[in-house]
Amino acid sequence: MLRIALLMLFRDRAKYMMLIVGLTFCSLLMTQQASVFCGLMLWTSATVRNIGAKVWVFDAKVEQVNEVIPLREIEVTRVRGVPGVEWAVPLYVGIEQARLSDGSFQNVQLVGLDTATFVGRPMEITKGRIEDLRLPDAVIIDQVGIAKFKSKGIAIDIGTTFEINDKAARVVALCHANRSFLGQPYVYTTYDRALQFSKPQRKMMSCVLVEPKPGVSATELADSISKLPGLKAFERDDLFWNTIWWYIKNTGIPISFGTVVLMGVIVGIAIAGQTFYLFILDNLLYLADLKAMGARMPILAAMVFLQSFSVGFVGFGLGVGLTSIFGYKVLKIEQPPFFMPWQVPAFVAVIIILICCFSAAIGLRQIAKLEPAVVFK
Amino acid sequence: MSPHDSSRAGSDSVAVAVRNVTKIFPNGDTPTYALRDVSFEARCGELTMIVGPSGCGKTTLLSVICGTLAIDSGSIEVFGKTLGSMSVSEVTGFRSKNVGFIFQQFNLIPTLTVVENVSIPLILQGWNYRKAEEKAAAILQDVGLGERIRSFPKQLSGGQQQRVAISRALVHDPKLIICDEPTASLDAKTGHHALELLKKSACAPDRCVIVVTHDSRIFSFADWIAEMEDGRVVKSCPASEYQHA
Repeated sequence: MLRIALLMLFRDRAKYMMLIVGLTFCSLLMTQQASVFCGLMLWTSATVRNIGAKVWVFDAKVEQVNEVIPLREIEVTRVRGVPGVEWAVPLYVGIEQARLSDGSFQNVQLVGLDTATFVGRPMEITKGRIEDLRLPDAVIIDQVGIAKFKSKGIAIDIGTTFEINDKAARVVALCHANRSFLGQPYVYTTYDRALQFSKPQRKMMSCVLVEPKPGVSATELADSISKLPGLKAFERDDLFWNTIWWYIKNTGIPISFGTVVLMGVIVGIAIAGQTFYLFILDNLLYLADLKAMGARMPILAAMVFLQSFSVGFVGFGLGVGLTSIFGYKVLKIEQPPFFMPWQVPAFVAVIIILICCFSAAIGLRQIAKLEPAVVFK
Repeated sequence: MSPHDSSRAGSDSVAVAVRNVTKIFPNGDTPTYALRDVSFEARCGELTMIVGPSGCGKTTLLSVICGTLAIDSGSIEVFGKTLGSMSVSEVTGFRSKNVGFIFQQFNLIPTLTVVENVSIPLILQGWNYRKAEEKAAAILQDVGLGERIRSFPKQLSGGQQQRVAISRALVHDPKLIICDEPTASLDAKTGHHALELLKKSACAPDRCVIVVTHDSRIFSFADWIAEMEDGRVVKSCPASEYQHA
């Protein structure tokens, strides 16, 4: 009878299409918005992923990577004194203003790397050499900077010069970096030069990057360093998640995206549930016939659930498929943010299953109440 | 004439025995008696018609005979099985194997082809889908619809749809065929042809056909007629002796 159930569904084209469109839209809305949300959250932790150190040491009041409280440089020495530290280097991270040759401005995320080791260097140099960062006024700029400057009519290449806080900067290499939350280009330079580029303050160092000795876990080392007065150390993954949770707790982003996802659920229930209910009502007489002819309730329930889940499966597939196409397109241009971990389609699948169960249940309620004797009325 | 009269056309075996059956529909403070102490028999090999005016209880009697409606008192035996002693599930299973239905509006599923509609009773009994369609196609061939097996019901005329309904009722070789107003949706000529076909295909020595109708033009097809009035069987006699008021 399951084949009969599917034939009854597929050949009622108007309702079938309505169900598919409703569930596809619902699935698309939820998957796409959840993926954009995940992408946005990933952007918040771009600095952690770009620098990649195992242990990060900040001022004790710091909660996440984008909100740093400057430290004294002496803290590097204190950290190096903690047992289990293989090496520790300073890092500067700050938002500075770059002035282009035509006079226009662009905020940039300036990263000052340890001059000797370049710890935290860009993961991918697309043109030029990292070693050239030791040349006078040298900076490396990422793909976002190239695109932003290009949109202002300036083609960035090796040798291009601009100013950061009125000090000359010369591009010696191009790189690819994870995009930051605010969309500012990453500009890499040496730690010492970064201090020259930035506005002078009493404390300048953003944080200390630490590598544990072989056999020492990053978490244990972070705990040990956190015992130093005035300092707090994070293992890389902890800092990544702390940053994301900070944005979830302290901004309206989750509510905004959550509302859209909720709308997707409501639209799914409203369209799919109602259409499926109408489909059942339209077929009620025939289902009563089947009941009279000897179809037991479990068979009818299986038929209804199969019909409901088959439209759910197709709608889910189309929704996730369309989201993937959207993701493929936007990842090429790097905005809007997009990241679809497996948990997103899994979550949407659960919601679609619940919608299908709800739709099937309200239809089955009608069938259960149905007396087979109605076939003679 | 008594229902047990030996002059009946069919065999001696009683297919359906309804004894002192009462069915009451609750209707506020004044319950409606749909069947009042009804006793009735239908035999194998006969086409028995239950006739009477609208609201006299014909369809209710049909419903209780096939077990789609429970009774309040009395007993019903169908081919030796007492429906009241069976569970709902057992009655459903019994119906699936032993009863074929022909409905007033044919009730063919519009989204299924003719052959798919006819194969449903076999599929409900667990037949393989392909074999069920083969048998359904064969029976449709017998009723002259061999060329239309892939058509949808709405593409057929009323008479053709009734032939499909008859095929669906017969495809699984049930012992009891239940027909509810089989000519109500047909013109006189088509209705006549439908009854001819029903009589020819359905009536067999081991099978009982019960037709509910108020269409006096088809009374001539009956072997036995039971007339109902106000929830009671008021007359039960061979069709040849029946005189319609």
